[in-house]
Amino acid sequence: MSTTTSPTTGRRVPPLGGFNPTVLGLELRRMLRNRRTLFFSLVFPAALFLSFGTQSDWDHSVGNGNVAAYVLVSMALYGAALIAASSGASVGAERALGWSRQLRLTPLHPAAYVVTKTLVALALGAVAITTVNLVGVVQGKPLMAVGTWLACGALTLLCVLVFAALGVFVGYLMPGENAMQVLGPGLAILAFLGNVFIPMDESSLVYRIAEWTPMFGVAEISRAPLTGDLAWGAVPNAVGWLVVFVAGAAWRMSRDTARV
Amino acid sequence: MTTTLAGDVRPPALEPRPAALLLSGVTRSFGDVHAVRGIDLRIEPGEVVAFLGPNGAGKTTTLDMVLGLGRPTSGTVEVLGLEPREAVARGLVSAVMQSGGLLQDLTVRETVHYVASLFPHARPVDAVMEDAGITRIAGRVVAACSGGEQQRLRVALALLPDPALLLLDEPTTGMDVEARRSFWSTVRRDAAQGRTVVFATHYLEEADQYADRIVLVAQGRIVADGTSAEVRALASGRIVRATLPAPSPAVLASLHDLPGVDSVEVRGEHVIVHADDSDAVARHLLTHTPARDLEITARGLEDAFLTLTQERPA
Repeated sequence: MSTTTSPTTGRRVPPLGGFNPTVLGLELRRMLRNRRTLFFSLVFPAALFLSFGTQSDWDHSVGNGNVAAYVLVSMALYGAALIAASSGASVGAERALGWSRQLRLTPLHPAAYVVTKTLVALALGAVAITTVNLVGVVQGKPLMAVGTWLACGALTLLCVLVFAALGVFVGYLMPGENAMQVLGPGLAILAFLGNVFIPMDESSLVYRIAEWTPMFGVAEISRAPLTGDLAWGAVPNAVGWLVVFVAGAAWRMSRDTARV
Repeated sequence: MTTTLAGDVRPPALEPRPAALLLSGVTRSFGDVHAVRGIDLRIEPGEVVAFLGPNGAGKTTTLDMVLGLGRPTSGTVEVLGLEPREAVARGLVSAVMQSGGLLQDLTVRETVHYVASLFPHARPVDAVMEDAGITRIAGRVVAACSGGEQQRLRVALALLPDPALLLLDEPTTGMDVEARRSFWSTVRRDAAQGRTVVFATHYLEEADQYADRIVLVAQGRIVADGTSAEVRALASGRIVRATLPAPSPAVLASLHDLPGVDSVEVRGEHVIVHADDSDAVARHLLTHTPARDLEITARGLEDAFLTLTQERPA
């Protein structure tokens, strides 16, 4: 420092609260380096599709397509939900490591951080959706119009936000490895209840309960372009759970501003 | 660390220079726990200040408020005339944390890049890594770095914005003697160029050797503030020892009557005086008595630390 620093001149605050492509790129690279996350959110859903989607009734018609297409959309949702939740949970892990504290010593605005993490979750969700769909294309059994295919993918991506928020919430409740140990089996159970793995008997009691669980609404929405049908409760379910998880995450985050 | 701040020249006469750090009547309570009970402190640019105190004295709480990580319950904190969060957003204040604070799955270079991308004025990544001595391990994943290497990475991150005020919380933990010495010589060189450094440490000799000024806190208050010698003198005064064979009771009484004398002790040929004002005792001994071989010693900083920070009624 050859001259005295003057606080009010010569020093700017970064634009966009510090949001920048370097951080986005590094955050993506971190998630893509995590082999376990990649296996469970890319390889595992693709394998599930290959086993569920090739059962004897695969070419039965469903709405504007066939059963294989129905299973494909469901599995893409499952994989994307898992990777987005894992990405969300990393926020809690970073806090436990003291990285959040390190970031608070930079101009990075909390909103820019949340936006970055959301974009990372969406990008990874897109990777999972694309991977599972590519497996479907290569396998050749799913049948639906290209427009339907794209619409399902886009809606699935939107629905992934619910699980990114869930990941942040759970990540704050139990930081580190524990979060994924709860989220992994937890999401599998939610997927069963959400009609994602195996279609449930609509007259059963379990179905009545399942209609209220977090993956039920988003699964209905993701498949709507294919089935041409949207249960009336699907959108309120998805929006409701998104609000619950975002509120939960915000509540936990605000509780620890005393010492970040 | 050679650093430049382009376009940052301003004639000093136009405005009074703000203090590097200014705390006025700062308190901070967590429910019934009063961590900080009223701190007033002014630190000028370029000072190297050691922040000493026992665990739970309120050091970290105070440093957190300087970084804007916590708000004072009452009072104000200003960094270079700005709100702490404003100063942080402009890269004017940064800190090296004691532990943690690093992502284990990034490499050293990626970590520096990450943080550098957040500052519009970040110094070049390569130069900062060179200064912090981590160029050789740039490609290594943080999880594979030793404690000392991680600490050097934290130092690099803190130096990226070229801060005017640098806070160090136990900065040399985990460093060997050589690394510690080179770390402090870097800090002193930066301070000579105008950087203000405030560090908390539990190595008293580090405070003694490297700080211009020592601020001693206990139970949320400043109990001593001054140079190392002044702080030591505050606690226990100094010891004046001289050779004075067979002193008469009148001589001993005259010593006792000097201002600030705590005790006068005769041991064989020697007289030992504990006093706050050692100069007055020495002057008296040399001019009014036949004393010779006079020796003045200060009590250690550790004694001062213990005396000044002991529990006292609130």
